[in-house]
This record gives sequence, C-alpha cells and structure tokens, in this order.
Amino acid sequence: MSGTFRSSRPPLLTGYALLVYAFLYFPIVVLVVYSFNGSGVGGFPPSGWTLDWYRQLFSDAALWDAVLKSLIVAAVAVAISLALGLPAALALDRAQFPGKALFRRLVLLPLILPGIITGLSLLMLFVGLGMKLSLITVTLGHGTALISVATTEIFAGLQKMDRVQEEASLDLGANHWKTFWHITLPNLQVSLIAAALLIFTLSLDEIAVTFFLIGRDNTLPL
Amino acid sequence: MYSRAYKATITMPPLVWVTAFLLVPYAILFCYSFWSVSSLQVITHNWNLQNYAQLFRNPLYFTVLLRSIRIACAVTGLALLLGYPLAYYLSFHATKRKDLLYQLVIIPLWTSYLVRGYAWKTILGSTGVLNGFLQYLHITHKPVEFFLYSPFAVILTLTHIYTPFAFLPIYASLEHVPRNLIEASHDLGASPLATFRRVILPLSLPGILAGATFAFVLTLGDFLAPLLVGGSSGIMISNIVVSLFGAAYNWPLGAAISFCMLLLVVTLLFATERLEKRYTIS
Repeated sequence: MSGTFRSSRPPLLTGYALLVYAFLYFPIVVLVVYSFNGSGVGGFPPSGWTLDWYRQLFSDAALWDAVLKSLIVAAVAVAISLALGLPAALALDRAQFPGKALFRRLVLLPLILPGIITGLSLLMLFVGLGMKLSLITVTLGHGTALISVATTEIFAGLQKMDRVQEEASLDLGANHWKTFWHITLPNLQVSLIAAALLIFTLSLDEIAVTFFLIGRDNTLPL
Repeated sequence: MYSRAYKATITMPPLVWVTAFLLVPYAILFCYSFWSVSSLQVITHNWNLQNYAQLFRNPLYFTVLLRSIRIACAVTGLALLLGYPLAYYLSFHATKRKDLLYQLVIIPLWTSYLVRGYAWKTILGSTGVLNGFLQYLHITHKPVEFFLYSPFAVILTLTHIYTPFAFLPIYASLEHVPRNLIEASHDLGASPLATFRRVILPLSLPGILAGATFAFVLTLGDFLAPLLVGGSSGIMISNIVVSLFGAAYNWPLGAAISFCMLLLVVTLLFATERLEKRYTIS
C-alpha cells in the first residue's frame, strides 16, 4: 500500500534534505581534514599534509591514561545502571506500589534534565557526606544518571515480550528466580545489549556530571 | 501472577538507590537555595528567600536568563526547521535507502560533543576555516571577528548538536502516521498541501513537541558551547551556575538558579505531556 503512495521525489525537498546532511557533516569533515594539516588548525586552504598530530596523539601518555580511566568509568557505569535499570523496568511493568508515578518520573528525569543540575545536586550530596571527589564519585554519578536510559530501553523490551512463556513456566512449577533466569532474561537479551552499548557511549561523552564530580582525576572529554 | 516477594525484590533496590542518589540530592539542592554565604565564606543555614530575590533583582542574572531562553528558542526553532523536513523526506520519499539515511543522522550523535564544539571553533575563528575561505576568494580582506564568540556561534553550534535530537521523535511519529489516512485524503481530492496541513502535520505533533522539548531543555542547560564559542556576549545561565559553584563560591545562589531551571524543565515536561496526550490518536 505504501508503495503506491507518492514514490516520486520532489526535487526541492531532496535538495533541502541534502543541505541538512551537509550541515550535519561539515564540521566533522573539517576536523578530519585538518587533523592532517601541516600548519595546525585553521586557515584555508589546508596546507602540507602530515601525520604528525597522530604521532603526538599516540605518544601522549597522560592522554592514554585518561582514555583508560574513561573506559573503566564507562564499564562500571554500565554495570550499575543495568543492575538497577533492569529491576526498575520490571517494577514499572509489573508491580504496584505507592509513589510509583513519582518513582517513574524520578528515574527518567536525568534523561531530559540538564546534566549540570544532576551533577551539582550529587556534588552537594557527596560533599555533605564528606566523600572526596574522585573517579568513584564520577562513576556513581554516571551510573545513577544513566539508569534512566537502561530503564527506558529495557521497559520497551518488556512491552514487546510475550507473557505466555513466563506464565507457563510458573504454572509448570518453576519458581520466580528460575523463570527470571531461563525465560525473562533471555527474552530481554537484545534490549540489554542495546542499553549497554548506548550507556557506554553516553558515559564516555558525559561532560556535565563529570565536570562537577571529578576532583583531580581527568577522564577523556575533559 | 507475581508473588509479593518477587515484587519486593524488583522494587526495593532501584527505589532505595534512586531515593538516595536522585531524590535526596535534589532535595539538598532545594535546601541550599534558601541558605546563604557569610562574609567568611561559610555557608550559614538561616532560611530566607534572598537568593531568589537576587535572581530577579540583579540585572546581570536576569539578562543572562532571558538571553538563555532566547537562544534556546532560536535553537529549538532551527532544529525543527532542519529536522522536520529531513524526517518527512526520510519517512515518505526515501524508499530504498531509508535505513542508511536514518543511520547517517544518528552517526553525528556518536561523535563526541566536545569534538563537535571544537570543530565549530576551528571553522568560525578569526584565523579559522571560514575566514580563510572568504579571504581566499577575496570576498573579505581581513578576518570577520563576529563569527566566533557571539550568541550567533552558540546558536549555530547547538543547532548542529541538537538537530538529530529533534529529528528522532519527529521521524518516529511520521512513521506512525497511518498511510491509508493519507491515501484517503488524496482520494477525496485534497491537494498534497492540504493533506500535509490537515492530516500529516496534526498527527506528527506529538513528535514535534517531544523534539522541541529535547532541543529547548538541552540548550537551556548547556554550558560548554558558550564556553567554547560564546565569548562574553554568549554567556548562558548555566555558565553563571558553574562560576557560582567554582570561583565565585556562592553555592546557595547557584542552587537557587539551578532549582529555578529544574522547576522550568519539570513544568515544561508536564505541559508537553498533556499536549501530547491530547494529540495522540488512540
């Protein structure tokens, strides 16, 4: 049916779409081109192709130390947010409790709230508790803020899941733990992997929360 | 079907964690906003509304707040102007290469925010790519200074960063527009423009609202683009918050501004949620 609907391409719209793509990719292309530029950043046309910048990049020990720290923070943040996002999604899907509406809003708030507000709220908490700012506080911050992403992804997965299998498993005498392990978890595999990848990338690029909680250990974006 | 023990097991851990690491911190933020800093730079717990009063009385804060809202409006408008036609094109006219074209919008999102910020700095600077290009073509003879370190640079950079965010929900809503409604509209003699205005546009309104909310809120809370390309005339409200928590050391005032932003965001979310419900077909 959709095949019969206007398969022609209006040239004006096509051109506009191309311009939008050009806008989205222009800075990225510029950056890649100038990363090979002999005379540093800026100027036109670029002059003198060189791989010098890349040689410097790979020999900068402080930078690679930061990369390693970023990867560790991201990995632990993935673990925290999945460990809490999975039960949170299950709870939103199948449990009733007082304050559920507030709980849902609170879990999802960091998804849309500017990172700076979540970041400095956590800063006040950690300072109030007398904790020293370090990679641990950054990881706790990332993990907490990204529960929102984990919950959204896994909740979507649960909505698509067929409940019949779980019911059958419970009827046939498997307990809740067995049912969860053999039925629920395998069914959510795709959502879990998607959530993990997304959280890992978001954590690597997270700036606002990191900015307030970092103390003196530098991760990559900074 | 699920036992009490099971429900308790799935509910308690996230509930406790979220209370400890989100609800309590936001509550602390709220408390701080009523405290003040003594002349010895000690935070004193005497409850008052001074910080909020200062926010509205001090012309500096108020001007910057208004500027931030103006910039956020401009970015939202531009992101919709770029994102909607793109989403429309992909949804209705990109037949074979739809998935590829969709991925092409997503890929810039995987590039680091900071990298894209620096890219714009490289392009707009007085010895930058754009100025170099204009002089190379002999259109200008000396560097144009206002490209970088202006509200214009902030709007451009943030539009670039948040257009994909506006695109995503719009595309999702356009994909959900029932195609038979469009065919019915055509069959009944409506022009393509009338079909767009009376069928497609209203049905994609939830997506527009979601995309606009994303772009607006994320821009309002941004502090890096102003830092990188904004200069002193492009300072936004979050930069003030950052400086109040850093060098200026006035956490209570910073907390008050943050809490106002939190309130604004939550109000906006409630409003768009209600509007979305009104326009979603069930």
